Amino acid sequence: MIGDWWSYLTDPDNWDGRNGLWANIVEHVTYSGIAVGVALLIAFPLGLWIGHTGRGATLVVGTVNASRALPTFGLMVLLFILISPHFTGKTDLPYILPVEIVLLLLAVPPILSNTYAGLQSVDPAVRDAARGMGMTGGQVLRQVELPNAYPLIMSGLRSAALQVIATATVGAYIGLGGLGAPIYDATQQGPFQDTESSHLATGELLTGAFLVAALALLIDLVLATIQRYTTSRGITGRYRSSSDLVAPSEVAVRAAEGRTDLAPGGQQVAAL
Amino acid sequence: MIDYWSSNQAEIWRLLWSHAWLSVVPVIIGLVIALPLGWVAARHRWAYPPLVGIAGLLYTIPSLALFVALPGILHTRILDVTNVVVALTVYAVALLVRVVSDGLTSVSADTLQAATAMGYRPAGRFFAVELPLAVPVIAAGVRVATVSNVSLVAVATFVGTAQLGTLFTEGLSRTVNQLPPILTGILLSLVLALVLDLLIQLATRLATPWRRAEVRR
Repeated sequence: MIGDWWSYLTDPDNWDGRNGLWANIVEHVTYSGIAVGVALLIAFPLGLWIGHTGRGATLVVGTVNASRALPTFGLMVLLFILISPHFTGKTDLPYILPVEIVLLLLAVPPILSNTYAGLQSVDPAVRDAARGMGMTGGQVLRQVELPNAYPLIMSGLRSAALQVIATATVGAYIGLGGLGAPIYDATQQGPFQDTESSHLATGELLTGAFLVAALALLIDLVLATIQRYTTSRGITGRYRSSSDLVAPSEVAVRAAEGRTDLAPGGQQVAAL
Repeated sequence: MIDYWSSNQAEIWRLLWSHAWLSVVPVIIGLVIALPLGWVAARHRWAYPPLVGIAGLLYTIPSLALFVALPGILHTRILDVTNVVVALTVYAVALLVRVVSDGLTSVSADTLQAATAMGYRPAGRFFAVELPLAVPVIAAGVRVATVSNVSLVAVATFVGTAQLGTLFTEGLSRTVNQLPPILTGILLSLVLALVLDLLIQLATRLATPWRRAEVRR
């Protein structure tokens, strides 16, 4: 069984061509990327607005709870049946649109709720301090709330990406490519039996499964690395030399308290 | 729609029952496995990062990949329902280990010291004090696991397990009247998720009578 998988995975013939594994990977990444990208464009500004103003918070909680119960597979099939009669001729849109809509519905709630929760989790004293220093609403958002909320926002983005990559596999059922295609194709050919064609199907099946899991892990790893190196050091407390820097939000609090003895470059301050 | 329901009543009930069973059983098994693991992660600081880390890693594996790869690992047949139950149990454990551990950690040290001072031994204290107080946090995790399971179970259609997802493929394979089975499947899985969610909330309420006493005051 491991042999079937390995021989399928390492056969260059399976990687090339229009239905090869490379093409599947490119399709999978494209569909997932579009969905997560559009979701980010919608959910991030909306989350910022709701988190900053505090308006519409019940909407966030409601959509997140409802989205978990969303029957993604059924919705995909329903949209496919509703959309496909409106397209004639040679176009992939009747396959792509239903999948993208469902993936978008999956990706918006985690980004929205985490952006909102991130802004909510900012210590009110830090926010007040920033206001007290004379920052405008926009400055508080950009320079104080956003850096503090950043880790939570990124974790929302990561969980959206994971769900989208996992669910994009199901798109193969209505005829979309991607890494679901080898899996679906192989299940139709009766894998896990002791015939030559079945061994090939087993190899194809396990290769598809392996590549989706590997892709999900790789993307998560990439996003985790980006998060690690772009998070404000005032949040992580990771300093090159821990003795000569002060966390920005700590400075703001101290400034608000009328203490100027600890400016950046001053004495050591414990990490937040 | 009504015609479809009346002529396929028995089949729809059978699929609904199977869907409910597949959504609930893995969470129960998962909770039984996650309780000791979460306890270890809460009790020993060094055990938390690896246990929660591995759990998080398992959670990143796409469900379809796990469904189809398990026959290779368990030596079951591809159409065996065991694969689906095991895969969903893996997800439940992955989610609940962290939740159980966080729930147990959330019990305040004062409470634990008071319990010890009253003469509870470690095991008795765990079951009579720590676990009940962690119930609200654990129940929140169980709700998430169960409701997401209702959605995940439908993907098991790929590996031939009959449940509400079967209605989607049935609709897709029809040439006329495609909508009734698909809409029925979507509607029933939403209702199932809602009902299971309410049942867990009700059970949590019954299991934590002291929280209601607080509200009443």
